[in-house]
Amino acid sequence: MTDAAQSSDVLVAYDGTPLKQQLAKTTRRMKFRALLLTMPLVLFIIVSFVLPIGDMLFRSLHNPTGSNVAPNFAEAIQKWDGEDYPSDDIIKIFVEDLATARKNREVGKTVGNLATRVNYEIPGSRSLFTKTARRAGKITEGPYLDALIKIDKKWENKNVWVTLKRVTRDYTLSFYLAATDRKYDENESIVRADELYRIYLPILWKTIWLSALITFLCFIIAYPVAYLLSTLPLRTSNLLMILVLLPFWTSLLVRTSAWIAMLQKEGILNNVFVYLGFIGDEHRIQMIYNATGTVISMVHILLPFMILPLYSVMKTIPPSYMRAAKSMGASNFLAFRRVYFPQTIPGIAAGVLLVFILAIGYYITPALVGGNDGLLISNLIANHIQRTLNWSLGAALGTILLVVVLVLYWIYNKLVGVDNLKFG
Amino acid sequence: MPISQRIKTPGFYALLAATVLFLMFTRSIGGTFGFFLLFGIPLFCMTPLPPYASQGEKIWQYAYLATCTIIFLFLILPILIIIPLSFNAEPYFSFTEGMMRLDPEAYSFRWYADIFRFGMTAPDAVEGWWTDMWNNATWIRAFRNSFFLAIASTALATFLGTLAALGLSRPEMPYRSAITSLLISPMIVPLVITATGMFFFYGGTMQGVIPGYPDGLAKTYLGLVLAHTTLGVPFVIITVTATLSGFDRSLIRASQSMGANGFTTFFKVIMPLILPGMISGALFAFITSLDEVVAVIFMADVDQRTIPRQMFSGLREQISPTILAVATILVLMSIMLLTTVELLRRRSEKLRGLSPG
Amino acid sequence: MKLTKLLAGSAIGLAMVMSTSAANAAGELTVVSWGGAYTKSQVEAYHKPFIEKTGVKINSEDYNGGIAEIKAQVEAGNVTWDIVDVELSDAIRACDEGLLETIDHSALPAGADGTPATEDFIEGTLYDCAVANIVWSTIFAYDSSKIADGPKTMADFFDTAKFPGKRGLRKGAKVNLEFALMADGVAAKDVYSVLETPEGVDRAFAKLDTIKDDVVWWEAGAQPPQLLADGEVAMTTAYNGRIFNAVAGEGKPFEIVWDGQVWDLDLWVIPKGAKNKETAMDFLKFSTATEQLAAQASWISYGPARKSSAPLVGKYHNQDIDMGPQMPTAPNNLTNAVQNNFEFWADNADQLTERFNAWLAN
Repeated sequence: MTDAAQSSDVLVAYDGTPLKQQLAKTTRRMKFRALLLTMPLVLFIIVSFVLPIGDMLFRSLHNPTGSNVAPNFAEAIQKWDGEDYPSDDIIKIFVEDLATARKNREVGKTVGNLATRVNYEIPGSRSLFTKTARRAGKITEGPYLDALIKIDKKWENKNVWVTLKRVTRDYTLSFYLAATDRKYDENESIVRADELYRIYLPILWKTIWLSALITFLCFIIAYPVAYLLSTLPLRTSNLLMILVLLPFWTSLLVRTSAWIAMLQKEGILNNVFVYLGFIGDEHRIQMIYNATGTVISMVHILLPFMILPLYSVMKTIPPSYMRAAKSMGASNFLAFRRVYFPQTIPGIAAGVLLVFILAIGYYITPALVGGNDGLLISNLIANHIQRTLNWSLGAALGTILLVVVLVLYWIYNKLVGVDNLKFG
Repeated sequence: MPISQRIKTPGFYALLAATVLFLMFTRSIGGTFGFFLLFGIPLFCMTPLPPYASQGEKIWQYAYLATCTIIFLFLILPILIIIPLSFNAEPYFSFTEGMMRLDPEAYSFRWYADIFRFGMTAPDAVEGWWTDMWNNATWIRAFRNSFFLAIASTALATFLGTLAALGLSRPEMPYRSAITSLLISPMIVPLVITATGMFFFYGGTMQGVIPGYPDGLAKTYLGLVLAHTTLGVPFVIITVTATLSGFDRSLIRASQSMGANGFTTFFKVIMPLILPGMISGALFAFITSLDEVVAVIFMADVDQRTIPRQMFSGLREQISPTILAVATILVLMSIMLLTTVELLRRRSEKLRGLSPG
Repeated sequence: MKLTKLLAGSAIGLAMVMSTSAANAAGELTVVSWGGAYTKSQVEAYHKPFIEKTGVKINSEDYNGGIAEIKAQVEAGNVTWDIVDVELSDAIRACDEGLLETIDHSALPAGADGTPATEDFIEGTLYDCAVANIVWSTIFAYDSSKIADGPKTMADFFDTAKFPGKRGLRKGAKVNLEFALMADGVAAKDVYSVLETPEGVDRAFAKLDTIKDDVVWWEAGAQPPQLLADGEVAMTTAYNGRIFNAVAGEGKPFEIVWDGQVWDLDLWVIPKGAKNKETAMDFLKFSTATEQLAAQASWISYGPARKSSAPLVGKYHNQDIDMGPQMPTAPNNLTNAVQNNFEFWADNADQLTERFNAWLAN
């Protein structure tokens, strides 16, 4: 701004500084003030939401079980080049670490923890470790490898040592491999899991496919209703809108219970069918505890998320466009297809993306009405966190799902913009 | 198409086809038309066709309105049907024959009584039943937990959310899009992921970080309040920003030009105008917390179980109509909340001159 | 202004919650078990006399097995469960992972006849961190009012041509694979040696495949009697005590088939760092004494883990039914039976669960 000071025809503020500079300063201060208002919430969200998710990402890659249980061995084995067997010095450290861990029984640092960790990589090797640890204290002199083999033949298997070297490194990709139905083989190269054990990718595809189906059904059902609501006089449409909003405001669990009451074998729909003689009492239709139940109840639950954005877009389309098209000789169908429908695409994009995003991460409804073939990826994540306790695998699966959702969210943001989200 | 084969949805298509076939054949074509007319008429009265509409257009219109009616029934019927079901005298999730005959014997309040009695140490005691119920009845405890969590997290979410919305709606706000996306993201990220992260972070990583909480925030009310606040915030942001978008910013300058400071401007000018938005945001946050189960499943202790959590385990293990009785209460509550929000919305639109009144 | 009211409201709410949790501090014990008829038998035989004797307030909680909750509590350092009833393989795994208090066997009370505890307990029922209370079994049962000439063997359970109708199975690999192999003709004593080979596992899954479309899966022990009663299934696997209680307590016409039963232990364990560890230990000693174990057997048909309890086992608490023949360990019931092999399941549970889930989802 040196030339600004030189030239006299530059506007200056009351204190003689160039007005441009002063304005910039004020704008900066106003920006700062606006930012300041959002700061408490931003900080709150970072602590209560972003850090927890970061924690999950971290845990999917970081599993220090190996080095917690056998700290000295974890360091020593990394020097092994993978040829032949580890040297007897290293194995001696291993035996000592096992004996110490067994003696201390410290939570999270027990032989059982190590055994569980290795068991993820070599199924069926759990008892190898617990058994060996029980006798590790009695091994006093080398050669240590032979002493171990005397306890259990499995120590002859080089893969056990290769795996031990791998699991004693704190950072690992093992869980991402497991989450995509892959694993390391004896040569440390990545191979697909045996076909009978592949579960995560098929479930992920199935989740995507079911979500797409749900989204499509929602769209088909929502479009005519949204159109009706947008064309009715405001007073009437407000009244009918309540029929859309009441489900929206009703507890998810209430709606799921309602669908159980409707769809179960002794439920209302089956009773009506039997009463009307449509099906025999013996042939009641299984509509719940399978994918059908999941799809029906989720369509019901997510329908308002499709109707509302469609409605808000349709409301802005003047009816005169359609009339103009028709007056120029277009048939009803043509007028709809060429004039009306293209204008509703922003609403469709918003509704479709929103419903798909919400469907893909659904947990409660599939857990209650999904039976076995209606389970989604979220249910597997919850299963690993709560039942099998393979937290790292749960975290890896969660991260994969998160990436899918964030990509969709990014697209949504680009196409629709988050600030256009509205309810009612 | 191996995947589509895996998805066994014949039941669903069977259901659709069944309804149509049923209408077509069991009740004859005339009957089918009667059915469509019956359902279409109320809507038809509301949407008069132009006088020049042809016969074909009229039929098309009837069919269309009938479809819409069926969709509205699909939306609302499952919710309404649980209300009579909750008065079942038998322990089933289905209408008994007695109920169909409207036999008063087949109806009872027993499941409502069960809400108060289940879990009490001595439900039939003459003295001390009140304390017993207050402290021990499972559903009563769930109601207390739910309302405590909902109120606390709503207060926090409304406060933080309104503040942030005020900043976000200022024209000079930098990084608006990025910050909005961040603040809305708790609504988008699947609850399982959020809950997993919170389970790890609050329970494990936070151990010993917060004074007074050496074991971290797992299984504490504080942890649950934080979780529910996080999930409620996006709703407050969305509703309050929407209200502020119609807000005439010259009012602020007018207020300032007359010498009002920031506080006075906020409380005397901004707040009265955005209050409807704030309250509906708060109600959204309230209902979100009241309805939230996943975080509760992952983080709450048995003593901290909320209504939906209790319903979840009830539906999984032993289905009893008590769940329907609770559900009925929740539906009535939703109707009340919805009415409030609708009234507020109309009031706000009237204030902003957007509605015919 | 509204906010201050809300805040005040939540402060009052908080105060209410605080005051109730402060009310119950001393002389308390949280006992966790499997719920339903089983918990009731423990309440009658253990809890009530213990409360009478010590005045301790017992909170009884239900769960569906597994060590997830114990692990979560111990690792978070916030242990609210004091004593838990677990399956053997879970007890072993939790003990290996250091999640449990070790239990001094010499502190256990001697039998009623004076035999020291270590000899009085049946072999294989005392562990470093766990003391068994009962022997239970997974059997299958059917409604005899609906099937006249009922199934007799495990093979019949898998024979949907001979006995049409749905089958109830516990959702999980454990026990189902054993059942499948026995139904496929493997002798009870060979079940685990076959299952240890990949071909054996394939064989078990292939057998399960034959009834897959007819299976209704259950998770909580209280569900199978309900499934039978509702006519949802023609036959179902179940815990034998649950079926017995539905028969004796509610007069249901259910019939147990003992062929191919897989029996197991239930054990008491104390999570490491339990808040009321001393009381929990007292409760453990009290409940596994001769008399209490025998008393429990008059409420549910599970066999006591002490030899000295056996002669005291009498009739069902309010009816003229001899409990002896109802036990999984009664000689007549053991003709073709297998004990759950905890080592096999500790080793293979992760992998087989994964395969089971993949099998279910496809």
